[in-house]
Amino acid sequence: MNRINELFKRKQNGILNVYCTAGYPQLNSTVPVMEALQESGVDMIELGMPYSDPLADGPVIQASSSKALANGMTIARLFEQLRDFRKQVYVPVILMGYMNPVLQYGFEKFCQHAADAPVDGLILPDLPEYEFETEYGPIMQRYGLDFIFLVTPETSEERIRRLDSLSTGFLYAVSSSSTTGKDKDMNAVDNYLQRLQKMQLKNPVLVGFGIKDKPTFQQACSHANGAIIGTAFIKALENTPDVEGTIKKFITDIKS
Amino acid sequence: MTTTTTYQQPNAQGYYGKFGGAFIPEMLHRNVEELRSKYLDIIYDAAFQKEFRSLLHDYAGRPTPLYFAQRLSKQYGTNIYLKREDLCHTGAHKVNNTIGQILLAERLGKKRIIAETGAGQHGVATATVCALKGVECIVYMGEKDIERQAPNVARMKMLGATVIPATSGSKTLKDATNEAIRDWINNPVDTHYIIGSVVGPHPYPDMVARFQSVISEEIRWQLKEKTGSELPTHVLACVGGGSNAAGAFYHFLEEPTVQLVAIEAAGNGVHSGLSAATTQLGKPGVLHGSKSLVMQTEDGQVVEPHSISAGLDYPGIGPLHAHLFDSRRGAFLSATDEQALEAAFNLAKKEGIIPALESSHALASLEFLQPESPKPSEAPVPANAKFTKDSTVVVCLSGRGDKDMATYMKAMNIQ
Repeated sequence: MNRINELFKRKQNGILNVYCTAGYPQLNSTVPVMEALQESGVDMIELGMPYSDPLADGPVIQASSSKALANGMTIARLFEQLRDFRKQVYVPVILMGYMNPVLQYGFEKFCQHAADAPVDGLILPDLPEYEFETEYGPIMQRYGLDFIFLVTPETSEERIRRLDSLSTGFLYAVSSSSTTGKDKDMNAVDNYLQRLQKMQLKNPVLVGFGIKDKPTFQQACSHANGAIIGTAFIKALENTPDVEGTIKKFITDIKS
Repeated sequence: MTTTTTYQQPNAQGYYGKFGGAFIPEMLHRNVEELRSKYLDIIYDAAFQKEFRSLLHDYAGRPTPLYFAQRLSKQYGTNIYLKREDLCHTGAHKVNNTIGQILLAERLGKKRIIAETGAGQHGVATATVCALKGVECIVYMGEKDIERQAPNVARMKMLGATVIPATSGSKTLKDATNEAIRDWINNPVDTHYIIGSVVGPHPYPDMVARFQSVISEEIRWQLKEKTGSELPTHVLACVGGGSNAAGAFYHFLEEPTVQLVAIEAAGNGVHSGLSAATTQLGKPGVLHGSKSLVMQTEDGQVVEPHSISAGLDYPGIGPLHAHLFDSRRGAFLSATDEQALEAAFNLAKKEGIIPALESSHALASLEFLQPESPKPSEAPVPANAKFTKDSTVVVCLSGRGDKDMATYMKAMNIQ
């Protein structure tokens, strides 16, 4: 059983998944940041692969990507950093990124190296379902990688069921139609999550976009299996002299 | 004659050969799917066509002339016709597409229009049709381009548009496009995104090509009137994203006797490190929602191109053009900044027409297409692409040069 399924089997509520950008704030922060997150008690990590043109992300995550690229981060370097990282990091890790750098690396080679690391799944928001089904999905399956689809409040029920059937690991519920890092109307989010909950989907549901602190995290968790925090965490890391201490405080504040 | 491939029509998923598709995050799915499922029904509806064509005629000033350029023809020893898109309202072909898309947006019930712009030509054309229809207009423009293109920024503002600087990434056209896409993600219900070129996720490349196809539709009957034949031997057009080329090529795509020549911006030279010649330098990749050729680093980061012409300064190319290049249906050449400037001054002096810098790249390629070219092109010219004294060569003069006067003035001081 892979780490993601194992996690959801053991724990169905209040799962905290935190997004961090590989190579940020320092080139070699990738694994230390993941270790600190794990020690602070996060359940899962979404590790962002920086890209020059991250369409689905807001300015904070884009700025962290630009910084990581300026630090010299590349996919090849990421896989070097992940060599032996499982000696320290045991929580599930999902790689998140955009299609272009992955295609350039070579899709199959990328899946092979991801599986070797090993990471547990992939989120590629600009990989559409048609290309997933016809070309890329079978490659990911061959290497045992989960692939997580996104759904939004604008996604029809029929389409949610379809994306749920294609998704493995979990389903990523974008809290409202937006890029990352925008404040949300949490009542509207509530209605949407209740709607998803009633659909009794195959996959566990994690909520992302706009989750930034303890109240928003708890609210998201009331109708889903957990939530993903990205922008607020990256913001906390900006200009901090004490990365480890900042991470510990940030996570403790959410989980307390 | 039968052709086994169709270049005009992408397949159901929006692919031209290996290129195209709709590589978009789920947040855009509903909007793009709504467009995809409705665009053909809407634009081929009789009432739509009537309004579209009457606006092209009465408002944009179509048909634009097809002008036999006598002195230019003599210079190059062939028969050169200029398709005068520079005489369109707002000064370029861009308005053909924005008129089509504003009518489409109206029928989709959208109340708010967003657009990206590089040099500002598409931004001005969008602001123009929004004023015409009384619709809110927001134009994203790279912070650097806002500084470089002050007159067009002022035109957009005078037309009532809000110009928002794109401050992310390299602060130019590709970043303005990212910001416009992000705006669309954040405003999924009431907003239509008017993309200015044959780029973006399916159905945009096909939709924009159809709106621009009026260019080649007119060339066919105009040429018939002038020469007795609807078919030229050559059609030349510059390519950034490729909208004027898509329009000029469209009704000749399935005519194998017509040599299609696309001219990219070589900047300081294709291999100088400062270039925008995407087919020469790009690799297959995904940019702004479609798979095409993309200028990028080995690690798949999109690079900033360079061209003296802001309208060609784009690190990608429409998927139709990537397919024309890949299948060799089109010949892809390039002209440097210097060659484009020379061609602009040449046209001004020979024909009394001041062309846009973009269009000047197409004019510059006339040098390379002569039977005995004194100036070899950086990209190899296929032997059958050369013209003879009996050829009929149509050059799409996509825009006028008023917006480029600052560059031309600088060039005159140093000449």
